[in-house]
Amino acid sequence: MSGYVEMARVLRNEQIGSDVWIMDLYAPKQAAEAKVGQFCNVRVTGGTAPLLRRPISYAGFDSNEGTITLLYRVVGSGTELMTKLKEGDELDCLGPLGSQFELTDNMLLVGGGVGIAPMLCIASKLNEVEDTTRYTTEEEEVEIQPMASKKATVVLGFRNESETFWADLFKDCPVEVYVTTDDGSVGTKGFPTAIMGELITSERGEAQRVLTPYLTGAGKSELMPQNARLEATTQAIEEALAAAPEGVSVEAVAETADAAAAEGCNIGFTSVLTCGPTPMMKGVAKVAEEYTVSCQVSLEERMGCGTGGCLGCGCHGRGGKRYKVCKEVPVFPAEEVFF
Amino acid sequence: MSHEQLAQLGDHGELGYKHMDHSKDLNGKKPAYPDLAVDFCGIKMKNPIVAASGTFGFGLEYADYLDLSNEVGAISVKGLTPQARNGNEGTRIAETPSGLLNCIGLENPGAEAFVEHILPELRKYDVPILANISAADVDGYAFMAKTLTVEGVAGFEVNISCPNVKNGGMAFGVCAESAAAVCKIVRQNTDLSVIMKLSPNVTDIVEIARAVKEAGADGLSMINTLLGMAIDVKTRRPILGNLYGGLSGPAVKPVALRLVHQVAQAIDLPIMGMGGIMTGTDAVEFMLAGADIVSVGTASMVDPGAIGQIAREMHEYCEDTGIAHISDLVGALQPY
Repeated sequence: MSGYVEMARVLRNEQIGSDVWIMDLYAPKQAAEAKVGQFCNVRVTGGTAPLLRRPISYAGFDSNEGTITLLYRVVGSGTELMTKLKEGDELDCLGPLGSQFELTDNMLLVGGGVGIAPMLCIASKLNEVEDTTRYTTEEEEVEIQPMASKKATVVLGFRNESETFWADLFKDCPVEVYVTTDDGSVGTKGFPTAIMGELITSERGEAQRVLTPYLTGAGKSELMPQNARLEATTQAIEEALAAAPEGVSVEAVAETADAAAAEGCNIGFTSVLTCGPTPMMKGVAKVAEEYTVSCQVSLEERMGCGTGGCLGCGCHGRGGKRYKVCKEVPVFPAEEVFF
Repeated sequence: MSHEQLAQLGDHGELGYKHMDHSKDLNGKKPAYPDLAVDFCGIKMKNPIVAASGTFGFGLEYADYLDLSNEVGAISVKGLTPQARNGNEGTRIAETPSGLLNCIGLENPGAEAFVEHILPELRKYDVPILANISAADVDGYAFMAKTLTVEGVAGFEVNISCPNVKNGGMAFGVCAESAAAVCKIVRQNTDLSVIMKLSPNVTDIVEIARAVKEAGADGLSMINTLLGMAIDVKTRRPILGNLYGGLSGPAVKPVALRLVHQVAQAIDLPIMGMGGIMTGTDAVEFMLAGADIVSVGTASMVDPGAIGQIAREMHEYCEDTGIAHISDLVGALQPY
């Protein structure tokens, strides 16, 4: 299924910045199937002006509650109309559309502008339970565990301190948020690319991290990456030994388990995920490539239909390929679309 | 046949078909009224709505939103060319008041790839497929007609009016001789129905329509988009990468209606009318003006299920006004 046309009910529509709003909607079909990085296409009026839908990334979704969250910047008549919606009003939403981010064990999330929304979506999922443990049964109380295997660090780029409300949205997510501003009024002066190098090397344990986070969200693990690694390998060895059959060399079992655990556990960021203005994403992809970390980008393009029917949002891929941004992208490995 | 006439026939009881429960069978027979099925240039359609080329992909993109076999009259696929095309660079879409400008530039995988990879998928659905074709020269149109005269293609919509490609496209459609030449070569290379898609960007559309009729066209499709432009005052640049684009959507509907009416008055050929149809009553307007069937394009981009909704609204209109068969509306415009 590619998407549903749903008359979603507005639960909250609040201004959180000078031109940025947050909207919660009851849209159970989308909430049940949405994946991080996907978007919905919003029809802001039943009339013909503005005519087209507005593509807006999910900033969050909750399949249990049946809700989706949208962050939008007022840029024209369409988004202006959205600000007029009140609790209880209906909004025609088509989604979930597009491709999704592939989450890895340790992610560096880099966001700029409304591109922060999908990064917030990923961060919010780190507290969420896995599908398999979501429900409790009468016989058995299944312990609800956070997605302990995955973690993330966030870098956000702002023009100046007036935009820090974006960072505050991450306060309930288990992440550290680092901030850069064009004028240096908060965090580090410059673009997110200015601090990516230090974050990547310090995460690997190759250098000391001097940077201090703007915000540390709730539930963020206190363990340093190195400690986490030690703990993971120790645990892996213990488990392997317990499961090992009689007569097998203890050293051999321990060595294999240690190597496997070391490979699997966090020895630095395993991916960079980014969404924001294209020049920023190109810069982010370049730094990621320098440090040989795989990078996924979420493209923005003027869209017609959102469903792959009009070819209005095509982009070039490596080797002369063409992609439909709405359907086959918006999330893509950086090397496939920036070259 | 009007509601009153039908009621007098007494076929369906004293009150006539209008008051029957259409959801129930009638002595084992499916209730037939109002009937939306049509035969357009020998192509049998379950309703008179064609998914317009360029707004519906190859149809498969919409299979999740519509019952392609039952809700769509026919599908005119994305414009095909002899070779694969990447389309135009830069921004390809601009929204305008109640309208949409596009300059996609005929991005498509080429006729042969369509026949090999896409058509077999489409044939799983019980819906007639129109091959929308363009080429840079007359020989190219001959190649297209030959290549696409295959099982699974019901007819041709010959695009001589694309405003977004430099060679061919609209150049053929703005001159009666070249329009007729293209029509003739396609006619010579296929036994399927040939429907010529006319450009509104001409001085006298009736002259072009007459020329393609004489060249052997089975039907007309009108209108293609109106050439237009959008400007960004912040950057002081055109919004579209191709400078100009084709305007579609509700903004063009009055122009399209007028052109359909003019041609229907002058030329005796079946017409597929289109231009900004968003609702069932929009579609009815086109039929009253003289269109035998209609085509829905931009509406599908706003609502992927639009064609089904429009068909239901047409059905409702027929029920409410006592129209037994949708074709009864064709050219039924009353004098002012």
